[in-house]
This record gives sequence, C-alpha cells and structure tokens, in this order.
Amino acid sequence: MGHLTQPLLEPGAEDRTMTLNMGPQHPSTHGVLRLLLEIDGENIVRMRPDIGYLHTGIEKTFEAKFYQQCVVLTDRMDYLCPLTNNLAYCLAVEKLLGLEIPAKAQWMRVMLNELTRINSHLVWLGSHALDIGAMSVFLYCFREREDVLRLFEMVSGQRMMTSYFRIGGLALEPPVGFFEHVRKFVNAFPSKVDEYESLLTQNPIWMRRLKGVGHITAEDALALGATGPTARASGVDWDLRRDQPYSGYENFKFNVPVSNVGDVYARYLVRVQELRESNEIACQALDGMPEGPIKADAPKVVLPDREKMKTQMEALIYHFKIVTEGFTVPASEVYQAVESPRGEMGYYIVSDGTPKPYRVHMRSPSFANLQTLPKMCEGQLIADVVAAIGSIDIVLGDVDR
Amino acid sequence: MPLTPAITDLEQLKDRPALARLLAWNATAVTEARFDRDELTIYIDRPFIREAVARLRDDQELRFNFLADVTCVDWHPGEPRFEVVYELLSMARKERLRLKVRLPGADPKLDSVTSVWPSANWFEREVFDLFGIHFEGHPDLRRIMMPENWKGHPLRKDYPVEGYR
Repeated sequence: MGHLTQPLLEPGAEDRTMTLNMGPQHPSTHGVLRLLLEIDGENIVRMRPDIGYLHTGIEKTFEAKFYQQCVVLTDRMDYLCPLTNNLAYCLAVEKLLGLEIPAKAQWMRVMLNELTRINSHLVWLGSHALDIGAMSVFLYCFREREDVLRLFEMVSGQRMMTSYFRIGGLALEPPVGFFEHVRKFVNAFPSKVDEYESLLTQNPIWMRRLKGVGHITAEDALALGATGPTARASGVDWDLRRDQPYSGYENFKFNVPVSNVGDVYARYLVRVQELRESNEIACQALDGMPEGPIKADAPKVVLPDREKMKTQMEALIYHFKIVTEGFTVPASEVYQAVESPRGEMGYYIVSDGTPKPYRVHMRSPSFANLQTLPKMCEGQLIADVVAAIGSIDIVLGDVDR
Repeated sequence: MPLTPAITDLEQLKDRPALARLLAWNATAVTEARFDRDELTIYIDRPFIREAVARLRDDQELRFNFLADVTCVDWHPGEPRFEVVYELLSMARKERLRLKVRLPGADPKLDSVTSVWPSANWFEREVFDLFGIHFEGHPDLRRIMMPENWKGHPLRKDYPVEGYR
C-alpha cells in the first residue's frame, strides 16, 4: 500500500500525459486493487499496481497458533479456493512430520480439489464475462457454482470456509449419499460448459474484445513469475499436478491445456478447457474411490474419533493433549507447492520443534501473476485494462495475505 | 514416507548437480548445504548471491529458469539474524532448489536479484517491507503491503503479534 499522498508516478512526467487513479473501490478490479495509470489520451503509457489494502498479516498470525489451528487461516487467504490452500498447508506439515496419508483421503482430496477448481473458474468466468459486458453468463456460472458449494456444505458443513482437510487426513467421513450427489454433478457438468461456450467462444463481440488484448510472451511470463493458466496460455507447458505430482495425482489421466497465443482470449480458452479436465479428474476420482480410513494412523497428531473418546482412555488423553498443547513438529523446513486454480500455490514452513510454526510463508499465485499486468497493459487502451485484469484471475485476499 | 535424517555434509552432497556446479564455479561462495525431506538447500555467502542465481539460471544443463519465491526468516535473538530464502525451479529437470543467504541483524542488506529475474521485484519489496532487509540495486524498493508511513517491520520476531499499541 503505497503512495496515497503522491499520485504522480514519477516526477517530471510530460505535460501531455495525465495520471488516472483506478480503484481501490472499482468493481472490475475484483477486490481492492488500485492501479495508477499514466495515460496519453486513451493509451496507457505506464501502469503501477498498488496493493496491500487487504493485508491482514496472516503470516504473523500463523506464528502464534498451533499447527492444527492454522488450517482455518488458510481458507481465508484465497477465498475462492479454500480447499486448495488447505491441501497445500496440510501437505507441507505432513511432509515435516513424515506422515503417510491413506488412499481414500488422498482420493477425496484430489476430487474436492478439482471441484474447487471448477468453483473458482466459474466465479472467474462469470465475473470476467460481466466485466466485458456479457451479463447472462454470470447467472449460468453461479447456477453451477451453487451446486458445487452445496457439495462442500454436505461434506464439511461450510460453503466457503471449508477447512475440511486436516493434518493427517480429512476432518470427517463424507456423509451418506455424498458420492451420488457428486456423480450427478460431474455427469451434468460437461453439457453446462457447452452452454457457456455457446454463449461466448464464437461470440463476435467477445472475440473482438479479447483477441490480441493483454498479450504476453512465454519468456516474459516466466521472467515475471507467472504460473497457472496465465502462463500456460502463453505456451509455458507446466502443471504441478502432472510435473511434480502430489496427493496421488500421478494416478490420474488428464490433459494440460496449453495455448501459444498469449492473449486474453487464449487465457479464456485455457481455463474453459481446464473446467472440462477438472471434471474429468473428479470423475476418475469418483470411479476409483478406495475404501478405508480417512485419517493417518498417528494418534499424537490426528484427533481421535468421537466414539473412541467415549470408550477409550488413551483416545481421550490424546484428544486433550492435542487440543490444549498441540503436537510438536521436528525442526526442519519444507516448501510444498500445489497447482491452485491460479497457479503455483506454495507453502514454505520452518519448524523449530515446538507446537507452533516458527515461520510460514505463502507463495501466492495471484501476487506473482499480478506482476505481469503492467506488461500486458502498457501501450494498450484503458478499456482493455479491465479485460486484462479479469484474465489473470487474481484474488486480492491471496495477493495481500 | 518415513523420515530420514538430514544430510549436512558437503562431501556427501557434492554429487548433486546444482551443488557441484556452484562448487566448481566458486567454492568459497558455498558456505553450507543441507538435504532434508527431499529438498536441497544451499547456503550462499552474501556477496555472491546475484552471480550464483545468474549462473544457475544460465547453466545449460541445470536450467533453473524460474524463481518461485523470495522470503526471509528472522532468527532473533540469534546471530546471524536473518536468512533470505530463494526458491528456484528448473522446469526442464522438474527439480527445485533452495538458496539461502545469512545476514547479520546489524547490517541486513544484500544484492537484489531483479536484474536476473524481474519477478524478484515484488518478492523483494515484500521482504523489505515486512523484514526490513535492504536489497541493493533494486529499482523500486518501497513498502508494498504496509502503508508508506508505517513504523517497523511486522514479520520480525521482536515485533509483537498485536502490533504496538
């Protein structure tokens, strides 16, 4: 959060340019992003994003909580893909502890992660289309998003702040009938994607507004730290689910959509294709869902079942110890990255042998991807800024943390 | 995945390509190495960091072409107090590498790597803002998260969680 008192980008800007302030309260910045634009007529000469309006000091908060308490904080960072954050954090702590996660928990994690990706991409598609002026797409997207949120509610009791993945497995057994509901959704969803595509993909207005806008090359995308669909639409063929698999992703068959064009339209196509692939992965996870426990066999780390607490003394003691004192994690450090809907979501955790993390840092994809925005917009028209912001799909909670 | 003890002996690790390459370039630049939980960490002496990352990026075999993250750890009241952490990724080799630079608490500054990786711009600004580490040669070293007139660096360990009241 920067120069509130100092609107000019640099002293001595030429007379023919003017500085325009966009945000932080601007509907199409998807949160509280402020952009300082130096413009020459309708053309952008220079752009400076100004962030930090949603900075909550979440990394500092982590240091004051027990490891298991931190799971709920991770939801609140990137609020469109809480389960992805849960997963990245849990995997990092599990790596520190050396925990083995049962197959069913891994499969559930993959399935819910892909549903989260669908959820996140639907919000992106709806709001992106709304920014460009296609109002009705929003209603279609939120119709299906509602179905996904209902699935989350079924499984975790919460629509958005799920905290369903815990260190060592899952919080609860999925309820009776849950898999039938997921099946119904994944069977119906591909035809819904066709619907969105019939509204947009060949729509002449949509194409003219997006094609050739916000262009970025693969070299620039990598140099500026972009990952995920933003980089893949520029031809960077890199997906952590395929290239550095985690949580059992190596057992799934899927394609990684890549485009070499690098404009806003390419990013749209890549994400729509990802909707289909995610649905496919969720379908495979559903078909191959193993039976068995959902929590690792680690009584000092994983909370015991409620039933056991009522009958077994040890379970009661472990429960009391974990809740009141936490569990210790051997002193070390790990960096665990997962493919979030926006790109590489990484958790860097330093432990010092106490029940609280010494340092947690999130490498958030939105933060890094946002650095590409000036490159996409400089030399372009003001009206295209909105299209470019929408196309990199930032979540300000993730940017500012 | 059962835990194996960390390997900290340079002799045992020198077969790792990244470490071998750095040692061949300048053995004094590498102060320490650690292999733990399948992750390799190399400690670089402060004056050499920019050249070390440039070499790792440009090496035709290693090709660490992506800087995933820059962050910092504060070991207050220990000395050297700060550790600046770089997470590198080689997409060609599907391999990660962590570089670390130790900095004394009295003089926390080191060279910026923005000239090697433009993406370091915001990462380093964040570390500057929240830890007060000075990156020399950074083109635009301003606060990024906190307001410009903020006092102190919130992620330092001597900064209270509730802030100063």
